[in-house]
Amino acid sequence: MLALDHVALAYGAKTVLTDISFVISPGQIGCLLGPSGCGKTTALRLIAGFEKLSAGEIRIGSEIVSYPGRILAPELRRVGLVFQDYALFPHLDVEKNIAFGLTGLPAPDRRLRVAEMLELVGLSHEAEAYPHQLSGGQQQRVALARALAPRPRLLLLDEPFSNLDVELREKLSLEVRDILKHEAITALLVTHDQHEAFAMADIIGVMNKGVIQQWDTPYNLYHQPANRFVADFIGQGVLLPGEVLNSHQVEIELGVLEGSVDGDCSEEGGCTQCDLGCKVDVLIRPDDIIHDDDSLLMAEVERKAFRGADFLYTLKLPGGRHVLAQVDSHHNHAIGEKIGIRLGIDHVVAFRK
Amino acid sequence: MLDAKKAPVKGAFLIFSSTTNLGPWTVALLLALLTLMPIAVVASAMLDPDQEIWAHLWQHVLPELLLNTLWLALGVGLGVTLLGTGLAWLTAACEFPGRKFFSWALLLPLALPAYVTAFVWIGLLDFTGSLPTWLRETWEIVWLPPIRSRGGVILVMVLALYPYVYLTARTAFQGQGRRLLEAAQSLGVSRRRAFFKIALPIARPGIIAGLSLALMETLADFGTVSVFNYNTFTTAIYKAWFSMFSLPAASQLATILVFFVLALVMLEQLSRNRRNYATSARGGGGAQRIQLTGSHALLATLAAGLIFLLAFVVPMLQLLVWTREIIATDLDLRYIDFAWHSLLLASIGAALVVSLALALGYTQRLNPTPAMQFTARLANIGYALPGAVLAVGFYIPVAGLDNLLIDTWRDYSGEEIGQVLGGTLAVMLLAYCARFLAVGFGPVETGLARITRSMDEAAQVLGKTGLNRLLRVHLPMLRAPLLAAAALAFVDIMKELPITLMTRPFGWDTLATRVFEMTSEGEWERAALPAVAICLVGLLPIYLLVKHSDART
Repeated sequence: MLALDHVALAYGAKTVLTDISFVISPGQIGCLLGPSGCGKTTALRLIAGFEKLSAGEIRIGSEIVSYPGRILAPELRRVGLVFQDYALFPHLDVEKNIAFGLTGLPAPDRRLRVAEMLELVGLSHEAEAYPHQLSGGQQQRVALARALAPRPRLLLLDEPFSNLDVELREKLSLEVRDILKHEAITALLVTHDQHEAFAMADIIGVMNKGVIQQWDTPYNLYHQPANRFVADFIGQGVLLPGEVLNSHQVEIELGVLEGSVDGDCSEEGGCTQCDLGCKVDVLIRPDDIIHDDDSLLMAEVERKAFRGADFLYTLKLPGGRHVLAQVDSHHNHAIGEKIGIRLGIDHVVAFRK
Repeated sequence: MLDAKKAPVKGAFLIFSSTTNLGPWTVALLLALLTLMPIAVVASAMLDPDQEIWAHLWQHVLPELLLNTLWLALGVGLGVTLLGTGLAWLTAACEFPGRKFFSWALLLPLALPAYVTAFVWIGLLDFTGSLPTWLRETWEIVWLPPIRSRGGVILVMVLALYPYVYLTARTAFQGQGRRLLEAAQSLGVSRRRAFFKIALPIARPGIIAGLSLALMETLADFGTVSVFNYNTFTTAIYKAWFSMFSLPAASQLATILVFFVLALVMLEQLSRNRRNYATSARGGGGAQRIQLTGSHALLATLAAGLIFLLAFVVPMLQLLVWTREIIATDLDLRYIDFAWHSLLLASIGAALVVSLALALGYTQRLNPTPAMQFTARLANIGYALPGAVLAVGFYIPVAGLDNLLIDTWRDYSGEEIGQVLGGTLAVMLLAYCARFLAVGFGPVETGLARITRSMDEAAQVLGKTGLNRLLRVHLPMLRAPLLAAAALAFVDIMKELPITLMTRPFGWDTLATRVFEMTSEGEWERAALPAVAICLVGLLPIYLLVKHSDART
C-alpha cells in the first residue's frame, strides 16, 4: 500500500507540490497524469526517496518513509523503479542487470529468481545479450524485470513507454499491466499520455501545477470531470454557454439538458443550489452529439477526420459556435453539408462562469 | 501532520544537513591554480620589467621573433586547414580506391613528434643528405629548394600537424548525415555547391577547433624550430635561460607568448560554443558517398597517398634505415637509462594526470554548477600553455622556495645545503600535470557522462550505494576511458621536450632529450634510434583512437 498525506514540496520560495494526498491499495495500479512540468515526476522521486518533502508524510505499507527533515534512504525502501531512459547498466548483460539488486540471496536462489523474471517478461532467449543489442521494447522489459526481481513492496514507473513508438506502447502497456496484476504488485505510474494511463491504471490522479485536480477512476475522469482543467485535459469536447433552470435542468443553444448535474456546479455552494438561472459552461463530448437525419436541428460540417471506426466531425451550429461529433464511419458527409443532430446526454457537466 | 518525535519509524534514516561541502571546491581551485600560477608568475615579470633587458629584447630579439612566429602561425594555419579539411572531405564524403585504408592511415602521422619528422626531412634533403647527393651524382642536379628555410619549417609542421584538423573536420562532416545535403539537392543545389553552401559552413566550428589545436602546438613547439634553427619564442626562452642565464628575460618572453596563446584559447572557446548548432543539424545516418570515377578517383587516391607517404611512410622508413645502420655501435648501456627515465616519467606523470582528472571529474559531477564548470575549464587550459612557459612558470617559484629554505637553514644551523626541490622531478611532474590534465580529463569526463543520474539512482534503489556502487557500476564503466586517458598522457609525456629539457635534474636524460641532443649536433642517424622508440610507443594511442572512433568506416 502507498499513502501520501498532505505532502508538499517547495524549493525556497518556489512551490513544486501542494497538498498531495492519495492512497493506492495493495495490488492496485495508480497513475499520476498531467502535462509536463506539473510535478508528477517530482512526486514520484519523493516517493522513491530521492527528494525531501517540506510537509506531510509518505507511507509504504505500514511504514512511514518520509516526513519533513527525515527520509528513509532509497535503497532501504524496498521500492522498485523503472526509469524513463531505463538506466540499464551497459557493462552488464541482461542476466546480470536483473541480478544486480539480488544480494543476500544464495547463488542458486538468485539464478532461479533471474530465470523466473526472464520467463515473466519473455526474454529467456536474450539472457546473455547486452543492453545495446536489444530493441527499445526489450530494454523496457529488462528494466521492469530488474525492478521486480528483488520483490519490491511498491513499483514506480516514470514515463515507462515514452521512448517507444505508438503501436509498441499500447501493446507493451497492456502486457506490463498483465504482469503487474499477475504478480499482485502495487504500482504507481507517471505519464503525460492519457491513453497509456487509461490502459494501465486502476485509479488516476490528474495533476496540474503541483496540485492533484482529481483522484478518480478513468471512467469518472472522463464522465464526471471535477473542473475545467480535467474536462479539457481528458478526452475531447467543447464548452457551450448555458443557463441553469433548476437542480436537474440546464438550457443551452441546442435545447434543454436534463439529468444530474456534475462539474463544479454540483459542489457545495454551486449554482445548482439556487434555481436562479445562473450562467454556466456545459461540457459537450463528441459522443454526446448524435447524428440523426430526422432531427430538425441542423449543423454544417466544417472539418472532418476519418479515424477508421468513426468520423470526428467539427460542426458549426446555427449560432456560430462549434461542437465535435463522433459519427459512425459509414456516414460520410462532405464539408459544407448540413446534417441533422440531436443531444444524447444523461448527465450534465457544467462549470461556473 | 505527524510529530517527528513520535513517528513510528524503522530502518536507517538520512538526516539532511544544510552545510555546504567545501571539499569539491578545494579540489577544483587547487587544480585551477595549477594552470593559473605559472601564468601569474611569468606575467608578474611584466609588472616590474628590467628596463635593460627589455630594451635589449626589443631592439635585437623581438622583431625577428614576432615576424617568425606570425609567418609560422599563418603558414601552418593555412596549410593544415586546407590539407586537413580537404582530406577529411575526401574520406568522409567521397568514395575512391583505398578510401577505407586512408581513413585511418592519415591519422598515423600523429604518432610522430613534429621534431622527429623535422630532423628526418632535414637529414634527407640537406645538402649532404642522401637525396640531394644522389641527385647530384646521378643527374647532376645541383640546386634544390633549401629545406632549412621558413618554407621548410612550415611544410614539415603542416605534415606533422594536419591530422588535428583532419580528425575534427572528418567528425564534423560525418555528423552531418545525408539529410541536409539531400535537402539542399532537392532545392536545386548541385552537390559541388552544396559542399560550399552547406557542408563546409556546418563543419566550420569543428575545423576551427582542430585548427586552434594545431596552432597551439605550433606556438608550443620547441623541438622542430630548434632543429631548423628557426628562432621563435620557445627557443628564445630556452636561450635566455640557459645561455644568458636570465630568468627575467625568459619570463618576459614567456608573457608575450602567453598573449598569443590566450587569443587562440578564445578562438577555440568560441568554436566550442558554436559547435552546438553543428550537432543539432544531424540526422539521416551516414552520408551516401559521392562516387569518384576515372581521373577524379585517381587524383584522390594519389593525393591521399602522397600525403601519407610524406607525413608517415618516408619518415618512418628513414628512421628505421638509420637505426639499422647505427644500432650495433650506438646502442649501449646508456640506453637503459634513457628508456628507464622516459618510462618512469611517463608512468608517474600519467598516473598523476589520470588521478587529478578523475578527482576533477567527480568534483564537477557532484557540483554541476556553472561556477564549477568554469573552474574546471580553467584547470584544463594548461594544454594551451607552451611547455617552455610552464617550465619557467614552475621553476621560478620552486627556486624561490628553495632559496628561502637554504637561507633559513643557514641562519638556523650555519650549514650550506644545496637545492631541495629544484633539482628533483617535482617541477617536471607539476608542469606535466598542468600541461596534460586536459588530455586525461577529456576521456574521463566523457566516461562519467555515460553514467547517467538514473543509473546511479537505479543502483541505489537496488541497494548499491557508496563504495559498492563505485566498484560495481562506476569502475567497470570507467575502465576504458581511464585506460585511454592514461595511454594518451603517457605518450604525450614521452614525446614532451621543452619541459623535460629545461627542468630535468642535471644529467638526467630521457629518450626525447637524447633525440634533441643528437639533432642539435646534426647526428641524424644517432637521433633515429631513440626517435624510433618514441614513435612506436606513440602508435598505441592512435590505435585506440582508430579503434574507438568511426574512422574505420
